[in-house]
Amino acid sequence: MAFQIESVVENQIAKLTLHGELDSLSARVFQTEIEKIANQSIDSLVLDMENLNFMSSAGLRVLIYSKQKIGPKLSIYIVKPQELIVDTLVKTGLQHSVTIVDQYPV
Amino acid sequence: MATDIRIDYYPTHEQQGIKFRRGHVLPFGATMVPNGINFSIYSSEAIDCTLVLFERGEAQPFAEIRFPEEFRTGNVYSMIVFDLDYERLEYGYRMDGPFKPEEGHRFDKSIILSDPYAKAIGGRDSWLATPNWDNIYPYRSRLVFEDFDWETDHPLETPIEDLVIYEMHVRGFTQHPSSKVKNPGTFAAIRSKIAYLKELGINCVELMPIYEFDEWENSKENPVTGGLIVNFWGYSTVNFFSPKAGYAATGKFGMQVDELKTLVKELHKNGIEVMLDVVFNHTAEGDHRGHTISFRGIDNKTYYMLTPEGYYFNFSGTGNTLNCNNPVVRNMVLDCLRYWAADYHIDGFRFDLAAILGRDQNGAPLSNPPLLESLAYDPILAKCKLVAEAWDAGGLYQVGSFPAYGRWAEWNGKYRDSIRKFLKGDEGLIGELAQCIQGWPDLYHYRGPTASINFISCHDGFTLYDLFAYNEKHNEANGENNNDGGNDNHSWNCGVEGETDDAFINQLRHKQIKNALSILMVSQGVPMILSGDEVGVTKSGNNNTYCHDNELNWMDWGLLEKNADIYYFAQRITRFRRAHPVLRSRTHFQHRDYVGSGYPDISFHGTQAWHADFSASSRCLAFMLDGAHAKSGTIEDDSVYVAMNSYWDALYYELPILPNGRSWYLAVNTDMPTGQDIYDIGKEPKLDDQGRFLVGGRATVILIGK
Repeated sequence: MAFQIESVVENQIAKLTLHGELDSLSARVFQTEIEKIANQSIDSLVLDMENLNFMSSAGLRVLIYSKQKIGPKLSIYIVKPQELIVDTLVKTGLQHSVTIVDQYPV
Repeated sequence: MATDIRIDYYPTHEQQGIKFRRGHVLPFGATMVPNGINFSIYSSEAIDCTLVLFERGEAQPFAEIRFPEEFRTGNVYSMIVFDLDYERLEYGYRMDGPFKPEEGHRFDKSIILSDPYAKAIGGRDSWLATPNWDNIYPYRSRLVFEDFDWETDHPLETPIEDLVIYEMHVRGFTQHPSSKVKNPGTFAAIRSKIAYLKELGINCVELMPIYEFDEWENSKENPVTGGLIVNFWGYSTVNFFSPKAGYAATGKFGMQVDELKTLVKELHKNGIEVMLDVVFNHTAEGDHRGHTISFRGIDNKTYYMLTPEGYYFNFSGTGNTLNCNNPVVRNMVLDCLRYWAADYHIDGFRFDLAAILGRDQNGAPLSNPPLLESLAYDPILAKCKLVAEAWDAGGLYQVGSFPAYGRWAEWNGKYRDSIRKFLKGDEGLIGELAQCIQGWPDLYHYRGPTASINFISCHDGFTLYDLFAYNEKHNEANGENNNDGGNDNHSWNCGVEGETDDAFINQLRHKQIKNALSILMVSQGVPMILSGDEVGVTKSGNNNTYCHDNELNWMDWGLLEKNADIYYFAQRITRFRRAHPVLRSRTHFQHRDYVGSGYPDISFHGTQAWHADFSASSRCLAFMLDGAHAKSGTIEDDSVYVAMNSYWDALYYELPILPNGRSWYLAVNTDMPTGQDIYDIGKEPKLDDQGRFLVGGRATVILIGK
């Protein structure tokens, strides 16, 4: 399934909804979206991953990039990720850099 | 992904739609630069070099770019290539040059070669996943990213004398179904066992080779068992800078670097250091019949020690020998270790067959080997532990004489053999036993006891359990007619070869394991135990399980229950060592009282106090460490008295009298059943008879004086 992304920024919260498969090609789209957001003042990044079926290492790197680009104070929430994605986050230690939630606001 | 092109980073050339320019000669390898990747590779004899670029996993390259002559500086080819998808890029080189084996040259431009400086290798991403044997480029160089968040982590710099090392195989540790972990056999799985490691009281894991290797190397069907023989241990490096993807649950996503770094970070958080078993003595390319993967095709004469006829010297016993004291290779080794220390926060390195690192380019031992000296004085490795396996397959044995420069410690093979022989009941061992428990001052007079890494078992040879269950090796499953593996095991089966229902023999075997652990933990120097010995793992008498991806190498966690007494003992004996600094001296004993306590720092005893029997027929030794002399008299500790008896009958040992109204308390008596064989710190019962103690046959007793 092709990758799709929608983004909304309100009250210093950026909410991105991701669909499909996030591989190294679609990661560029994701990163471009993050770069747009980074120019605004935000303190929370909410990634709705309920309909994201796959995330490659390139996608994980965009999460790291988000922290680096927007700053360490940025809170990243991952909403309803599928098990495969949670698994990858945990194995690589990235679960410490994000908060996994069932819904947002928590 | 920057969008601006800096003025100093613009393409000057274009070929097949790929834009590039002259690169930076250093660093070697592939390095990300603004808008592109800098490729740099050395070859002293190539006449031409081509960069080969692949999309990840594709059978054919999407581009091959020959380095223009003006891009070569000295013997280094460098180029910056722009607009590559570094996430999906795989790269290699073709090197053109003479194929004249008799002159040491084996160039073959039809082969695509891995970059010796690649930071990740693709092609063996999941353990034992069947490779595509028709792949024109099986071990593919990849880039890695420097975005791992270490937070505040840094190497722990634990004083070496305080370490208890645990030698572990990444896959073998958790692959057995009984481990009940997610992603068994991986770096990630080790993380779920950190609590276990802490509970055991170890504070350093030594990982058997994790550099990228090929488990399929020399794989074949086992004629005896019908199973598959593989390269399980991994002492056959494909690339020195890359962690083994097949050891990572996320290897198939190319995330092995992050997974390993996460493991290191978690271990550090829990006070556990990470040491790597590194193999610089040879590579996976084998001898003249082996595959050309990288070094052979890039600069054979530089990377390998060659005979005058152009064949490979074989001091490693595996086909070739890395030419470590060639300045270029020396720098590669140094670059590699610096990279692991700086980028992976590795705390130390154990060098496989390290005696090879002291040989010159013709194989002769050097009196002042430049590589060993460079490593000893390197500013980046300054706090790393450096441990040598001080021998090689070519017969160079340097235990006690390894060129140490005040920095290197050694796997003390003499300690292993002496303790084994003593426990077996051999005569004439008391002098060596006294050396063992002092950190072998005869060998390490100028280096201190911490030069001695003490071990009784390791990956190579019998497990601790098998040491007391087998007289002979049983290596038939290796498919080499039981000819492989050492024959000098100094083992004793306690009366029956292999498994038995005889309760007395099983009890004796457990007691012998406890004796071994006790002596190891009260010896000056640095103790190392083999993963699984704490629960009595067996390899069914196989002393060379390098090729088995099965129960012979997988730790059986069910033994935690079956051999609960051994595990209970192992946990507490490591705590005992940690609780008593008098057991962890940085300097050798002086055999005199230099703090005015009235007792020497160490004294030897036997069945009579103050009269040790060092005669050839003796099997008894006791020693007392005076607590006032702990850490050269800088710390006050209890006194520790250890009585070792390898005679088959019980003997009374007369106890030295303690000063100032102090008394003897019982910490360990391996002759007693579990629960009474070792006591928790502070709960040791006071002896009723302070004058003598009955030490059982083949038993060890430890008392503390307080």
